[in-house]
Formats: sequence, C-alpha cells, structure tokens
Amino acid sequence: MSEMWTAKLRTKWQKNLPIEKLLPDDQPAYVASWIYVFGVLTLSALAMIIFSGIILAFEGPAWYHTSHAGKFTNSLHFWSVQLFFVFMVVHLWGKFWMAAWRGNRFATWATGAVAFVASIATAFTGYLVQTNFDSQWISFEAKDGFNSVGVGAWFTVTNLGQMLLLHVAFLPLILGAITVVHVLMVRKRGVVPPIDAEATMVGEVGR
Amino acid sequence: MTGWIADFMNHPATYLKSGWLQISVTNLLVIILMLAVFALAVLIPFPKDKDGHQK
Repeated sequence: MSEMWTAKLRTKWQKNLPIEKLLPDDQPAYVASWIYVFGVLTLSALAMIIFSGIILAFEGPAWYHTSHAGKFTNSLHFWSVQLFFVFMVVHLWGKFWMAAWRGNRFATWATGAVAFVASIATAFTGYLVQTNFDSQWISFEAKDGFNSVGVGAWFTVTNLGQMLLLHVAFLPLILGAITVVHVLMVRKRGVVPPIDAEATMVGEVGR
Repeated sequence: MTGWIADFMNHPATYLKSGWLQISVTNLLVIILMLAVFALAVLIPFPKDKDGHQK
C-alpha cells in the first residue's frame, strides 16, 4: 500500500465507514419508533435555520424589519430555532434514557453534547443581533453576567459587530462541523439498540 | 401585530414563584409541551404498511 497520507486516510475511511454504512437503505426493526425520528427532525430544523439565515444575511436588517417577506423570513428563522431546540431536547431525553453511549458510542454521545452547548451559544448570540430594543435589553443584562465571571473583555456582548460575526460565521462553522462529525459517528456505529435488545444483539453492538 | 396574539404577547410575562424557584408561565408551558411530545413519541406506535411491515 502507498505510504501517502491520502492512501492511509482512504483505507481507514473505507474500513470504518464504507458507503453502505454511510448511505444505508434499511435499519434494524427497533428503529421503527417515533422516538428515533427526533434526530433527523433536529437536522431538518437546522437546515431551515441555515436556509433562512442565509437569506437574512443577504437582505439585511433594513429588509427583515420592514417588508412583509422580510418579517416572514425573520420569523421563519426564529421559529425554526424554537423547533430545533424542542426536537433536540426530546432527542437528548430519548438517547439519555436508552443510554445511547453503550456499544462504544461515547464519542457519538460526546459530540452530541458539545453540539448542544454550541447551539445554545449560537442561539444566544442570535438574540443579541436582532437589532431591536429586545436585543439591546438582553445585551445590557448579559454584560453584567459576563463581567461578573471575568470574561467580559473577550465576550463583549454589547459589541454588535463581534456578536454578529460570532453568530453568522464562527459559531455556525463550529456547530456545522460538530454536527457532521456527530452524524458520521451515528452512521459508523449504527443506531443504538434498546437496552433489553442488547442480549440478542451480541456481535452487532459496537460495530 | 393585531388581534388576540397581540393581546397575548404585548405585555410582560407572568411569572410563577415558589421559594427559590421562579419560572415564566410561557417557559413552563414549553417544558410541559416537550415532556408531552416525548411521552407521545414513546407511546404512539409507528405506522406499518398493509403487509404488516414497519414503514
């Protein structure tokens, strides 16, 4: 085998995540439950957030504060975030109660937890960049909180430029990257079986 | 914004307070909604096709 890093990476990828696992066309019987739907619902809401967010970024506040289409897109962005968190919390509860870190799935669980934290940071900076009196009030409340724990010099929540760039560039990149890794982990290890099914799945768990 | 939505939203939130715990009625309703969705997702059977296979 070639010693080049590209060849090593290709071999490792094909061994750990062949295309049949990456794009499966069937799932184990236990996946036929509504509780398993909330992961993909969360991803769908995230797609809608990114889609509406790109439109808002191109059109700008003068559009989304005044025109009917702008207000609609602004609301679409906001309510997609609310649904995103509802779906993600139900997904989190489902995975917690089925102990989804079993079967060598700790990294899947951990990337999900980090994605949750990154989502909160992204959402909070979103509240700060609404460019209305609500965001002004929130930022002046938040600055006291950040200053009280000594990080106000790095996270200046009253600085609209900093918060806007964090919200539309840095944090979405972080969240997007973690989400991609999380989904690849799910595809690599497979969906976690129910706890009482584990005994019948010997050899399957931890793939 | 007009109508009943405006009447519902254009005033400060109502808060419930019990000792150290304080929560807005809206936030409490959202938490109850999420718990209800979770319970329904666990309890409602997933649809099957006419041959009895899981969709």
